[in-house]
Amino acid sequence: MLRLEPRAQASAFWRQASPLLALLITVALGVALFAALGKDPLKGLQVFFWEPVKSAYALGELMVKATPLLIIALGLALCFRSNVWNIGAEGQFILGAVAAGGVALLAGPDTGRWIVLAVLAAGVLGGMAWAGLTAWLRDRCNANEILVSLMLVYVAEMVLSYLVYGPWKDPAGYNFPQTRTFEAVTQVPRLMVGSRVTVGLLLALAGAALLWLFLFRTRAGFAQQVGGLAPAAARYAGFSSRRALWLALLASGGAAGLAGALEVAGPLGQLTPHVPAGYGFAAIIVAFVGRLHPVGMVFSAVLMSLFYIGGELAQSRLGLPKAITGVFQGLLLFTLLACDTLVTHRLTWLRRAD
Amino acid sequence: METYALLLAATLNAGTVLALAALGLLVNEKAGVVNLGAEGMMLCAALAGFAAVVHTGSDWLGFAAGMGAGALLAALFGGLVIWLNTNPYATGLALSLFGAGFSAFAGIGYVQAKLPERPQFAVPGLADLPLLGPALFRQHPLVYVSIALTLGLIWFLYRSRAGLVLRAVGESPASAHALGYPVRRIRLAAVVAGGALCGLAGAYLSVSYTPLWVEGMVAGKGWIALALTTFATWRPARVLLGAWLFGGVTMLQFHLQGSGVEVPSQWLTMLPYLATIAVLALISGKPEWIRANMPASLGKPFDPGA
Repeated sequence: MLRLEPRAQASAFWRQASPLLALLITVALGVALFAALGKDPLKGLQVFFWEPVKSAYALGELMVKATPLLIIALGLALCFRSNVWNIGAEGQFILGAVAAGGVALLAGPDTGRWIVLAVLAAGVLGGMAWAGLTAWLRDRCNANEILVSLMLVYVAEMVLSYLVYGPWKDPAGYNFPQTRTFEAVTQVPRLMVGSRVTVGLLLALAGAALLWLFLFRTRAGFAQQVGGLAPAAARYAGFSSRRALWLALLASGGAAGLAGALEVAGPLGQLTPHVPAGYGFAAIIVAFVGRLHPVGMVFSAVLMSLFYIGGELAQSRLGLPKAITGVFQGLLLFTLLACDTLVTHRLTWLRRAD
Repeated sequence: METYALLLAATLNAGTVLALAALGLLVNEKAGVVNLGAEGMMLCAALAGFAAVVHTGSDWLGFAAGMGAGALLAALFGGLVIWLNTNPYATGLALSLFGAGFSAFAGIGYVQAKLPERPQFAVPGLADLPLLGPALFRQHPLVYVSIALTLGLIWFLYRSRAGLVLRAVGESPASAHALGYPVRRIRLAAVVAGGALCGLAGAYLSVSYTPLWVEGMVAGKGWIALALTTFATWRPARVLLGAWLFGGVTMLQFHLQGSGVEVPSQWLTMLPYLATIAVLALISGKPEWIRANMPASLGKPFDPGA
């Protein structure tokens, strides 16, 4: 029979291979699901893995969704590496979007291009403030950051809802819950004509490089991670755990807020109740599937973006609910966690002695 | 006065969803396992329960389907965390994300579905008492079940041998293992029992409390139930009281909305979430309260081979 035996040393091969195996298993489960629903599995695969990459425009759309996922995941990876469980990035994203939207609404016809910087800065500060609440309650009252950051997601949704149904509602918007469309001058510059990709993509990639430098090339980055791996050793070395907590939450809140600002001042162009698209939760999966490594997360953000676009296409082409995206995202994280067992354990055939 | 009686009745009803889920989570936390997947289990169970009632017309089959769905997902979680030693936080999150996605996907066809007319309940003889009748004795049977369950859990955890073993597994799995108890199997059983109760809570929500199915309808109640076990410092009676308190906050919100107070509805909808944060901060600031009752090995993996 099959048995799991602990390895003497963690397997370097499986550390890299386990996300790929998890993806394969998820795809296999997806094929089975399509077949069970009476849809052509080949068509399903095509919708998820070929359609989103087959043209320059489609690739651009893929990057549009990968950008916020990567930016948020970078911040979350810093948190998880420091053993700070911020799972409320969705709320920090919303508050970033709200703050950025508030600044964008101030712009008039003769506002200069500098307003873009103000919009993005407001987003960062909004996200930081929201995450700062979690950090403060954890630091002052020892309140569990998982639960606090998650509760604040619901509160953030209500703040957004209040604003777009109330004081910020477009008076000329036929009573729809939305702000007026922001002035064109507040738009984050696009990278090229004919695609919705903005400079946000460059910011995300720069962020990945920055995180790599911080984690692996600076003393502060080292101190940050020791606190996560071995709190006692960190205390002995004099690394402050409070500092690590605040840094992790403020940085990840700022990143999520920036992603929110880039969304409203980019593809969305106004605030509506549909600003939260689940990027804050999907980014948790991006972070884990990317091994909490800046380079890995670039790939996993693109993968998760494929799932988003594939879900939308599955709805329009195959008549399946868009929520299939969430099914695959959840399945991928499950299979990844299971496959990770192979990093520390090996599977062996045991012959019965009898 | 009549209004207050009805408000109290509604409070108990609202608190029951949280009480059932939180009592379930209490059982698996007493065995040392934290399951952050409560929200996902409740969502899938809410859908399973609702669908079962739509197809069979029997509420009780609906509750059974909800319990089954919760237990099944909890077993999946338990298998990963307890046998494969995966990170319990990440695995619980995976369950919550998967449960949200799966229930939204599988539930599309049930969004417009209607249940047969909801039955009214009354305790014979007591339901017609003035004030007390409408306040306490016209509840759904599961409201009384949650009270009985609390008493049963107090007896089980603190008066029975099996409960003592369960607590030992949560306090010091190594000692329990040395005494010959199958730590991992006991933990799995506790996780499955917790999942079944979360499932019952989810099904109660969609079959009796709301009663309908919409995507994401649990709306954070799974997470509030998780917070409840901490507020209640892992004591069953306090879990029940805490659940009623939160039921009261929810009802206060509807009561204020209905009475025409000039507050935007969004601020009122925030109340339960803000209250959760406030109470969590208040209780967690007193480490001596937490430490006295928290299972010592909560969230720590146990590998008998290591």
